[in-house]
Amino acid sequence: MKVLYFAWVRERIGLEAEEIDLPQGVATVAELAAFLGARGEGYAHAFENPRIVRAALDRRHAKPDTPLGGAREIAFFPPMTGG
Amino acid sequence: MFTVRIQAQDFDAAAEAAALARGRTDIGALVTFAGLCRAQDAPGGAPLIALTLEHYPGMAEEEIGRLIEQARARWPLIGATVIHRYGRMVPGDNIVLVVTASAHRAAAFEAAEFLMDWLKTSAPFWKMEERDEGSSWVAAKDEDDDAAERWN
Repeated sequence: MKVLYFAWVRERIGLEAEEIDLPQGVATVAELAAFLGARGEGYAHAFENPRIVRAALDRRHAKPDTPLGGAREIAFFPPMTGG
Repeated sequence: MFTVRIQAQDFDAAAEAAALARGRTDIGALVTFAGLCRAQDAPGGAPLIALTLEHYPGMAEEEIGRLIEQARARWPLIGATVIHRYGRMVPGDNIVLVVTASAHRAAAFEAAEFLMDWLKTSAPFWKMEERDEGSSWVAAKDEDDDAAERWN
């Protein structure tokens, strides 16, 4: 699965995007965030407050309990500040 | 006509509004809103040097397109143009444009406000502020969430 990061999530992790093989037991947005948060210091910093980090599944906003299903792409990012 | 553009280059608000109305005789109300980069948030605060807007290519267009569909389901819109810029902007620069066209003003005003309120909280853009003391990401404001939620 392609994982994208934006704004301070991207800065903390130090990557714009990466390919992840989903491990067994990771079936929802929140479970993937928890799995990523355990991958190292930058990831832990990015996901230190998982309620703040937002996600989009195949370019649509997704809630933490949304199943990953067959999605090709997921993005994690801070609350949006455009406009 | 309904148009979404995500671009680095500047836009001409008056030209975009004129283009939306050109050749039509059914538009009675044309609302144009432009959001600009301002130098100061609070009196006496450190002035802003620049804003850099990051976005999620692809999703930004799609999400604004979905907001336009929601606006069309609520108001009898004849057309709309939304342009959002990305990249580095200095005070005085244009950031975002919303133009709505309808037969009557209430629909055009309300739809423009709806689009701006939701765009701020759901379109995937992030602002980084540059000041003398350094750069920092802008935190999302609760008042922006409240402004969007009032449409529910």
